[in-house]
Amino acid sequence: MHLLKDNSTAGGLSSPALAERVPAQEFSADLAPSMDHLDQLEAQSIYIFREAFGRLKKIALLWSLGKDSNVMIWLARKAFFGRLPFPALHVDTGKKFPEMYRFRDHYGKEWDLDLRVEPCPPIDAVDPTLPPAARSAARKTEGLKMALAKYGFDGLIAGIRRDEEATRAKERVFSPRGLEGNWDVRDQPPEFWDHFNASPPQGAHLRIHPILHWTESDIWAYTKRENIPIIPLYLSQNGKRYRSLGDQDITNPVASNASTIDEILIELEQTKVPERSGRALDHETEDAFERLRVAGYL
Amino acid sequence: MNMIVTPASPATPNGTTRPQVRIVIVGHVDHGKSTLVGRLLHETGSLPDGKLEMLKAVSARRGMPFEWSFLLDALQTERDQGITIDTTQIRFRTNSRDIVLIDAPGHAEFLRNMITGASQADGAVLIIDALEGVRDQTRRHGYLLHLLGVKQVAVVVNKMDRVDFSAERFKAISDEISAHLQGLGVKPTAVIPISARDGDGVAERTDRIDWYKGPTVVEALDRLEPARPLEALALRLPVQAIYKFDDRRIVAGRIESGSLVAGDEIVIMPAGKIARIKTVESWPVTPVAGRQGAGRSVGITLDRELFLERGDIIAHTNSAPRETRRLRARIFWLHDKPLAKGDQFLVRCGPKESRATVVAIEKAVDPGELSSVENKAIGRNHVGEIDISLSNPIATDPYTENPRTGRLVIEVSGRIAGGGLVLSVDAGQRALPVDIVPVESALRPDERSARYRHNGAVVWLTGLPASGKSTLAKALERRLFSNGGSPILLDGDTLRAGLNSDLGFSAADRSENIRRLAEVATHLARNGHIAIVAAVSPAREDRATARRIADTAFREIHVATPAEICEERDPKGHYKKARAGTLASFTGIGNDYETPQAAELVIDTSTRTVAEAADEIERMLKTTGVLFDELVDLAANI
Repeated sequence: MHLLKDNSTAGGLSSPALAERVPAQEFSADLAPSMDHLDQLEAQSIYIFREAFGRLKKIALLWSLGKDSNVMIWLARKAFFGRLPFPALHVDTGKKFPEMYRFRDHYGKEWDLDLRVEPCPPIDAVDPTLPPAARSAARKTEGLKMALAKYGFDGLIAGIRRDEEATRAKERVFSPRGLEGNWDVRDQPPEFWDHFNASPPQGAHLRIHPILHWTESDIWAYTKRENIPIIPLYLSQNGKRYRSLGDQDITNPVASNASTIDEILIELEQTKVPERSGRALDHETEDAFERLRVAGYL
Repeated sequence: MNMIVTPASPATPNGTTRPQVRIVIVGHVDHGKSTLVGRLLHETGSLPDGKLEMLKAVSARRGMPFEWSFLLDALQTERDQGITIDTTQIRFRTNSRDIVLIDAPGHAEFLRNMITGASQADGAVLIIDALEGVRDQTRRHGYLLHLLGVKQVAVVVNKMDRVDFSAERFKAISDEISAHLQGLGVKPTAVIPISARDGDGVAERTDRIDWYKGPTVVEALDRLEPARPLEALALRLPVQAIYKFDDRRIVAGRIESGSLVAGDEIVIMPAGKIARIKTVESWPVTPVAGRQGAGRSVGITLDRELFLERGDIIAHTNSAPRETRRLRARIFWLHDKPLAKGDQFLVRCGPKESRATVVAIEKAVDPGELSSVENKAIGRNHVGEIDISLSNPIATDPYTENPRTGRLVIEVSGRIAGGGLVLSVDAGQRALPVDIVPVESALRPDERSARYRHNGAVVWLTGLPASGKSTLAKALERRLFSNGGSPILLDGDTLRAGLNSDLGFSAADRSENIRRLAEVATHLARNGHIAIVAAVSPAREDRATARRIADTAFREIHVATPAEICEERDPKGHYKKARAGTLASFTGIGNDYETPQAAELVIDTSTRTVAEAADEIERMLKTTGVLFDELVDLAANI
């Protein structure tokens, strides 16, 4: 397991397996090794990444620094043989945990990312009718709109998953956003047989969701298998850990003794507590999350 | 009881052997799909703690009785409307299967969502209200399942509590739906009497249905077979992209069926070129050894530099797909405007796309009635069988031979408007590329280039009528010949007088005209000549075809003389006739010329003399390695 430890120096970190050419091994079996569940998820995500890169003009990956977006970067590097051939965009609320910023600065360099950090507007600029935590989260939506206007991306790759939250289950892999970045849940284009609608209307953009079909357990199992670095806040300290990382002021840890990924996986197999239970904004009112999403939140 | 979630054995999905089965639940709106799903989740212990209580509390707050369907209707907008509006994926486990449940809604206008859901399904549950019996939508959904190739269908007769659990009523419905499905070639795996609201038949054979001896819903789901292995079929690797991030030229794509390994001899369709797989590239470790099977997203390198493009299909030489310009498909139509004969659209078959025209509508069916409606057009949410002519040849398989490459989607104005299965293909000219063994020339290429002091090439002049293509072509021909070279002029109109005299000016005929020009020119180029082609060739796709055929020998020159000046020149009087309406299908006065985006050279003949333009072409041919600059270079080439 790769962890970015507090106060570590860059030199003290072991880097995850780098692209290296090793001689082909002797292999005599006639049958291809069968694909397990993670192999299937990986292959599907790689396919989506390549479609997005090939069919859109200017895309970026939204890097929230969390476990899901780190898996996304890993998958993108698999898709493109070691590199991320488009920018990694961090829409920064300025309120993330210090461990998250350290992680960003370290791996942004180590992974040779074209990192773009974009700020969010102050809270006053956000819809005052939203409940407090949702309003705080909506800053990110505004920051995202500003970044979109600045760079003119026609596609943004986002690490949402269907199992996270009911409204996300309705998503498409290629999900068109209106001119205001909004999501029209009732008028979604059909999407089947891995044919994606890749033509956003003039001035609008697409959200691309390469890990929509993954679950929280999949993310952890894959993180472990591939040895992908994580922020240590996900692991239990003093009986608590974060299942999901957002802004410091609106994210709470859950009670847990899971201090390794293996223990997290066992915990997830047994728990029935939703992943985003530590996210204040999900619980304020029934429809707060959906209102955010319709307005363009991830 | 067999419905409890399997206890935590291996904590990770890593190495799991439980087959995953994707199912869809379909049927008439209000027949209880969402209720059944809610009940299934509850019975299999798949609900998060507190979810049920929360929804019960919400119902109480709104003064509504609790419904199981609320579990799915998580969106407020849905609750307001009282219907489920989109496909939702939900997971749960039976004894031996991981089930991914795709909840498909019932309202007719949401049919496209149902198709989106059902197209990914290995099996289906068709739900029927015991009181209402088989309805239009029941039949339509049954037919669509058949159309989409979903063979495993379990039927549940719901709301048995409303008919006092009458075995007679159940039998009547069971007979009717079984006959209907069998008429479609689908034998239901089970017909199950249930009450989703009360739980009878879902996980338990309760006393109220003690006359029923078959499986419960959970047991029926547990018996579904996962899709058959694609790896057993012939290799199909559709090319998704070609990457050149470093010194490797990696051909990337997902293996749709079959398998491959470094060293395999492969054929690239539809061009029919043959190569060997040099390596299978990956990351972080590369290259990878061993066989790669269906489902993997891979990257390969080849042992020779060939022109490949997105949409080509890589296959083994002895089992190549059929290349075709014409196919028959069974389609479902989702667009507002009915599909009629003569309509044009874009067909996508994997990453390959081609413009296409509806040549004939053989059948148009309203799936609710199951009777053929008028054969003129296929309406929204209807299905049919159509013949399609393609402007670009594509390599495909009938879906009965390959469920992955035998399906296509139809796009209108950049939006998916329908989809379907390939029923049959008219084999094209190169249907069996490996059986054709061209006689090789007695001369080596370097013998020819030593004499002509140039390599073979296809110089392709494209541009509006009267832009100066033929004038330039003749000047270039004269100049190359004077220098000892071997130029050969291929004028579009000249070939139409003979070789292409069977072709008219429809889009399909124009494409074929270009293809033949390119083939002839390429043959000349391979034999060391410089084929100079002067052809309007307005369609970008057709020129891409020419480039693919001629490969590295292709040099495109866009003669970009402004349209007003071309019309003013009008040496053949075509513009005048077209303006007067006496010349149909004339490129020039409409917007039908698609400007090249990556021509090797762009020349505006209104701003330079013929000699100056010929100089530019000569320079381009030198810098791109066609003409040898100096005798010294020639020596280096021998």
